[in-house]
Order: sequence, then structure tokens, then C-alpha cells
Amino acid sequence: MKENLVERIEANPKYQELLKKRDSLALKLGIFVLVMFYSYITIIAFNKELFATKVWEDGVTTIAFPIALAILVISFITTLIYVRRANGEFDDLTNEIKKDVKDYI
Amino acid sequence: MLRIATLLGLSSLALLAEDGSGVNINAVIMFFVFIAGTMGITKWAASKTKSASDFYTAGGGITGFQNGLAIAGDYISAASFLGISGMIYLQGYDGIIYAIGFLVGWPIILFLMAERLRNLGKFNFTDIAAYRLDEQKIRILAAFGSLTVVTFYLIAQMVGAGKLIEVLFHIPYGWAVALVGALMIIYVTFGGMLATTWVQIIKACLILAGVTFIALMVMAHSGFSLTALVTEATSLHKSGVDILKPGPFVSDPVSAISLGLALMLGTAGLPHILMRFFTVGNAKEARKSVVYATGFIGYFYLLIGIVGLGSIVFLNSDIGKELYLSAEGSVIGGVNMVAVHLSQAVGGDIFLGFIAAVSFATILAVVSGLTLAASNSIAHDLYAIVIRKGNITDAEEMKVSKRTVLVIGFIAVLLGFAFENMNVAFMVGLAFAIAASANFPILILSIYWKKLTTRGAFIGGFVGLITAITLVVLSKTIWVDIFHFEKAIFPYVHPALFSVTAAFVAIWFFSITDKSARAEEDKAGFEAQNIRAQTGIGAEGAVSH
Repeated sequence: MKENLVERIEANPKYQELLKKRDSLALKLGIFVLVMFYSYITIIAFNKELFATKVWEDGVTTIAFPIALAILVISFITTLIYVRRANGEFDDLTNEIKKDVKDYI
Repeated sequence: MLRIATLLGLSSLALLAEDGSGVNINAVIMFFVFIAGTMGITKWAASKTKSASDFYTAGGGITGFQNGLAIAGDYISAASFLGISGMIYLQGYDGIIYAIGFLVGWPIILFLMAERLRNLGKFNFTDIAAYRLDEQKIRILAAFGSLTVVTFYLIAQMVGAGKLIEVLFHIPYGWAVALVGALMIIYVTFGGMLATTWVQIIKACLILAGVTFIALMVMAHSGFSLTALVTEATSLHKSGVDILKPGPFVSDPVSAISLGLALMLGTAGLPHILMRFFTVGNAKEARKSVVYATGFIGYFYLLIGIVGLGSIVFLNSDIGKELYLSAEGSVIGGVNMVAVHLSQAVGGDIFLGFIAAVSFATILAVVSGLTLAASNSIAHDLYAIVIRKGNITDAEEMKVSKRTVLVIGFIAVLLGFAFENMNVAFMVGLAFAIAASANFPILILSIYWKKLTTRGAFIGGFVGLITAITLVVLSKTIWVDIFHFEKAIFPYVHPALFSVTAAFVAIWFFSITDKSARAEEDKAGFEAQNIRAQTGIGAEGAVSH
């Protein structure tokens, strides 16, 4: 890549906006998933009995099952949120940046 | 050539099948249909596979939806379908922890890596680390990492396939494994990534349909009441209600956290999965494929919980005990076979044939993908770039690739033979640990950390790899179960916590203390790399023109 192209893109406010928005979204969602998963693992590691709590008092099913289900569903929803924004807003920004520098590529 | 190989494969299978007694004719017919069908795909793919790009990445012409299914296919492998249902049968809830760990890696890959991988790479994930670092060294390192991960993963798949055929055709385990090896070599050498991907897509659809059917039948048996199913399972399992909470697989906090780390980060370091980001046309499709993949995999794991509980109920019923358990109460064909037995219990012989054939196709497709990733490492990274310094034609590189596939196929058969009695899901857990320690740190730091240098990556990568392998060998799994020593030197079964940390610390230390001229060059390349990673400007793309 040409030196002046690097400088030109870095100076483009849209590029800075893209980095800021995308990194912030990825960071938020990433931390959310990590915290969710490691809370789950940490409870398994240190307090298994907590997951042995019954969902209904007279039944046998433990809360470990609905929690597992919730993690599966939430994981999927986070990917959906990210891709909606990336394939819309972030891609539009990227295309504008490409248009701005197309003479230099 | 292809036709001859097909005929040879089929006739030898038929001959072997006739030897056994009590062979399931429906299953045999289903098998032939599948093998014939997949061979047809391979033949078609062979006619379209001309360049190295076609061979490694299917020419970049796969859509996001198709790729999502193919990724799900790679995931819903023997390890997931046979292994996790077996784990739930044995230990109850512990199997579900694996399922969740496998899935949660996906959002992380999407947020941190999918896009940048796509923008920076061409054939494999090594391209990313090699972008600004010394290419020769990085290729050597990544090839070692990839090959180790692929080897462990291959063992798991070969064992799963061997057991499946042994139970179904009553042919000796060794022959079964050899057959899988032979078919895999045919798929990969002739059809490349295109055939591998399409076999994967078709099989993903079939297995999703099959598992849905099993789950529905299990639920129908319990009157569509989850409580009734759970109650019956606890009353029949020898551990009783203990199967409903985390149990013996995660016996101590260190192992639990270590396993969690391996499952999550390992996904982001699996060469055959990362390769799939290069089979689509652009970053948009790459992202879409992650959403589809997460959806399909999540749906599958949801059902596998029901399948696991169902296997406890059906195999331990009065009829089930007689048909599927030995006199001592162990599962015929090993605990990896519970899902296959269950399919016969709920759907009869024809459905058993269907599930067995689909599981077999699954394993074949996954080992094909793994072999392709390994041959990519050897032929592209080691031979074309390190040895020949890039002065090589496409045709020459493909020739080396195909020869490599032959060798890997042979080694896979030997390993499958040696590790006959491993739990396949557990073995995959180890592959994940190594991927998390050897591949993931290099990949993530080369994308995000400006100060990463070649020296740091090279030394740190090997530290991660060697630590992971050493700890696996010294743990109970290998040291006691395989080598038959009395006591394990490393007290935990899951090494990731230690080996991932070792890798990161070593990469950091050897990078910041690196004052060489190469280090300056490495750091100076970051800005340009980051622009391409973020925007895709300058990426040539894998699309064939």
C-alpha cells in the first residue's frame, strides 16, 4: 500500500468514525459474552450446588438447564445485533471511505 | 481414476459387509447411496477445481448462507453428535458444558476476527500473521500449530468413524478406519474445498433434520413434557438426580476455568474453521455466515440435550437394555454410539441406516476439511513459501498438496487405530486447548497489538504449543490412560489456562525486548495492515475471475 494512501485514509474523519463505532460495539458485545460465559464457568467451578437448585419445588429439573438455554439464545442474538450494524452502517461508511480515496488506490 | 477408486471402495465394503452376521441391510443400502452421492459431488467439483485458490477456498464463490451451513457442518461433527450425546448419557449435564463452550466461541470470533481475517488473508489464517511479520518464520510456526491441532482433531474423528462402521457392518475396527482414510483421500485430492464444502452443506441439512426427528420422537415418548423426560432419565440413570447438575468432568475450579478457556478461544484457532472465511466472496458474506452458523449450531446443541436425555431413557428401558447394553451394562460399541442406538429405538432400521450414513458422511466431510487444512499448511506454508520462497506454479503446489493429503490420510489411519478407546468429545477438547494456546494468541495479537514482533510471535507461539502438548502428555489422559504410568505428573486434565497464559506472556516479553531492525519493520507495518483489516482496501479477495 502506498505511503500517502495510508496517511490519507488515517486523516479521513469517516475512517476514524468507523474505527470508533465498530470497536466500541465489538468491545461492548465481546465483554458481555465473555462475562456471561465466565460467570457460568465460575459458578460451575466454585459453586456447583447453585445450579442444582430446582426450577419448580416439586419437580426435578434444575436451573442449570434454562440457564444453558439462555446462553445459547443470547449468544445467537449478539451475533445478530453485530451483523445488522456491520452490514448496514459500517459497510456504508467503508464504502464512502473507499470512494474518497479511490483515485489513490 | 475416480470411478475406479469408487468401485474399489464400494466393492471392498460390500465384501467385508457380507462377512459379518446380523448386518443391517437398510444401513448398508443407505451407506452406498451416500457414498455414491458424495462421489458424484466430488466428480463435479473435480471438474471445477483448477487453481490453487479453487483447491483451498472453492474459488471464493460460496454464499454466506451456504458457508454458515458448512461451518455448522464442521461443528456438528462426530465429536458433537456422537461425543456430546455420549457424554450426556454418561455424565448428564457435563456434556452440555462442552456444547455451550463450543458455541460461545462464535460471537467472539465474529466481534474480534471474522472481518479482519477476511480482509487480510487469502488461503489460511497464517496469511494474517505473515502480513507484516517475517513471512518465513511465521509460516513455519503456524504450520506446526495447525498440524498439531489437526492431528488431535483427526484422531477424534477417525475413532468416531471407525466405531460407527464397526458396529453397523460388523467389520473389524482396523478395516473400518482404513476405509474412512481411503474415502477421505479420494474426496480431498479430487474435489478439494468445493467438494468438501458441498458434502458438508448437504450433510448439515440431513443431520439437522435427523436430530430434529429423534428429538421429536423422544419428546413424543414423554408426552411432550420436558419434566417427564427429565424425571424418567434421573430414575433410570445410576447417578440419579446428580446428572442434572455439573459433575465429575469439571472436578476442580482450575480444570473448569481451563476447559472454558480452551473451548472458547480454541474455536478461534482452529485452522479448518478459519479457512472457511476465505470461501466466501467478501466481508459481508463472511459476517453473515457467522450468524447462520451460530444459529444452526445453537439449534443443534439445543436438540442434542434432548437426544442425550432420550438415550438415557431409551437405552436403559427393559427392551433397550437387551438390545444395546452388554451384560455388564456398558453400551455396545462404546459410549460414542448412544445416539446411533437411540435412532434405531425411535425410528427403526431404516432411520438407523439414515443416521448412521449421515454420521459417517459427517465424519468424512470433517476429516476432509481437516486434511485440506493440514495440506494447506504443508504445501502452501512450508513448501511453496518457506522452501521454494514463493517461486512455484499453481500446478506444482497442488501436486504437492495432493501428495501431502495421501501421507496425512495414512497417518490418520494409524492414529485412529492407536487411539481406539478415547471419548471423541474429550479428544476434541484437547485439540481446542492446543488451538487456543498455539494459534489464537499469535492471531489476535498480530491483528490488534502494534508492538508484536516476529521474534515475539515465533518464540511465544512455540512456547504456547510446547507447553500445551507437554501438559497434555503429562496429564492423566496420556500419561496414565495411554502410557499406563501410575500417577499423572500434571494434576489437571485441561491445560489451556496455563498454556494460553504462557503463550501470551512469552509473546509479550520477547516482543518488547526485541531491539532488532526486523522489529522496527514489524511495527512500522501495523498502520497499513490495520487500514486493510478495517476497510478491505488492498485486499485481493479469493474470488476467481
